[in-house]
Amino acid sequence: MTLIKHELRQGRLSLTIWTAAVGSLLVICIFLFPEMKGQMEGVNDVFASMGSFTEAFGMDRLNFGTLIGFYAVECGNVLGLGGAFFASLCAAGMLSKEEKDRTAEFLLTHPVSRRRIVTGKLLAVFVQIVAMNVIVYALSVGSIAAVGEEIPWKELNLFHLAYFLLQLELAGICFGISAFMRKGSAGAGLGIAAMMYFLNLVANITEAAEFLKYITPFGYCEGADIVADGCLDGGLVVVGLVLGAAGIAVAYLQYCRKDITV
Amino acid sequence: MEAAEREGGVVTNMEAIRIENLTKYYGKARGIERVSLSVEEGEFFGFIGPNGAGKSTTIRTLLGLISPTGGHAVVLGYDIVKEKEKVLAGTGYLPSEAMFHPGMRVRDVLKFSADLRKKDCREAAAGLCERMQLDTSRKVDELSFGNRKKVAIVCALQHDPKLLILDEPTSGLDPLMQKEFFEILRERNEQGTTVFLSSHILSEIQHNCSRAAIIREGRILVCDSVEALSQSNARRVTVHGSVELAGLPGVRDRKESEGVISFLYSGDMKALLRTLAAGDVLDLSVSEPDLEEIFMHFYEK
Repeated sequence: MTLIKHELRQGRLSLTIWTAAVGSLLVICIFLFPEMKGQMEGVNDVFASMGSFTEAFGMDRLNFGTLIGFYAVECGNVLGLGGAFFASLCAAGMLSKEEKDRTAEFLLTHPVSRRRIVTGKLLAVFVQIVAMNVIVYALSVGSIAAVGEEIPWKELNLFHLAYFLLQLELAGICFGISAFMRKGSAGAGLGIAAMMYFLNLVANITEAAEFLKYITPFGYCEGADIVADGCLDGGLVVVGLVLGAAGIAVAYLQYCRKDITV
Repeated sequence: MEAAEREGGVVTNMEAIRIENLTKYYGKARGIERVSLSVEEGEFFGFIGPNGAGKSTTIRTLLGLISPTGGHAVVLGYDIVKEKEKVLAGTGYLPSEAMFHPGMRVRDVLKFSADLRKKDCREAAAGLCERMQLDTSRKVDELSFGNRKKVAIVCALQHDPKLLILDEPTSGLDPLMQKEFFEILRERNEQGTTVFLSSHILSEIQHNCSRAAIIREGRILVCDSVEALSQSNARRVTVHGSVELAGLPGVRDRKESEGVISFLYSGDMKALLRTLAAGDVLDLSVSEPDLEEIFMHFYEK
């Protein structure tokens, strides 16, 4: 408990900034919707005829004129990328920062087992991701209500659930990587999040690359699929969560036997 | 002068630290090789060696920061690998270069450290901070090297550990603070705390420790009482002027240049003084040889 509180205090500035950035972008997007709705008739056709670009963002299958269609594309990108970056950065730095800041010697010479350190830090990552998602979700619901649109509860909940799972998966993978790193974890975190995002774009564009959906968590966050199916793709989610869990398992194995030399 | 005697007849035969053939390789690079040591409970033990000799590697292995490649060690009766948490619970460690989490105040760090040990150390911490003249409202990122060291000292001492492991403790502390710090260590030692002091400053070991081990290139060269080690210690004598050294036993490593004679002397002091008095001495300095020279001495054995 001491360690979790300590980590939350250490991470509160980063959490505040990321939540504020993602939250305010979402709110701005939603407040732009009523104005854009009227002009969307034409825009839809334009967006629908941009070939690969259209497909990459799933805009061929979503109606920009409806709130949910708009939300799936605009907010999906904001929350998807913002959330993924935050979760990856937070997890990738969690274990490695002790060596990067040379505080590992101080922390690890207290009578706390490595396993408990890893557990405490993992829970701190989890709590921060939950906090960000709850706040962003509340801001989103509040903004939709404020602009006078009907809240599409089912789709909205599924979107946010999907992005929450995505963040957990990326965090799990990055946490595993963090156990091996001694410095420069931010680059790894951002790199993985960005790579996953672009893999999904590639998978959307090219039929032959559809298998990539099984690798990237953005595969099960596709707004068009969620709206069309009314549920998440269970298979993709399970694959994703297994990858995340594998990252966490690797983190325990590696960190418990790691030599701390700085 | 063994620990048991100094404590006024309270004989303690428990070993605070027992190291047997401890070996650590970083890949192919040598850390330490077959280090064996024994430190009795209540002892003030010195661990001397130049930088890179393996002092820190030994300490880090004892504290479970790195795992040994071979051999084993028991600290406070617990195995350092299997019962690491119990070892750490009874040990206070002062790292050579203490770093703390950014953004925290000194008092937060002290509280965090105590909380991790599940102990309330406020009283002890307050006393130590006062003696070390440490302002607990400062942010740790703004502290100088010496002040960070003080925070580390309070962290190492506040939970009243049975064993203190100190790695280059005085670097960064001003002489007055060093004095106060060793004063505290002596008090703790008198109350029964075992002190394991690693240093490359010979006088620190000579003035405070009852026994000491010398480590070089990952191996223990010698482990003996400080008295015995000191007697075998030579002095570096530098004479400005002209002196006839022939016939004086115990002179080694003699260097001469333009009226300056410098040599290592390990013989009888009276004989040296008589020889010097007979010569024409303009200036004279007698100093402790640096560590390297002492190692040379042990190599010659």
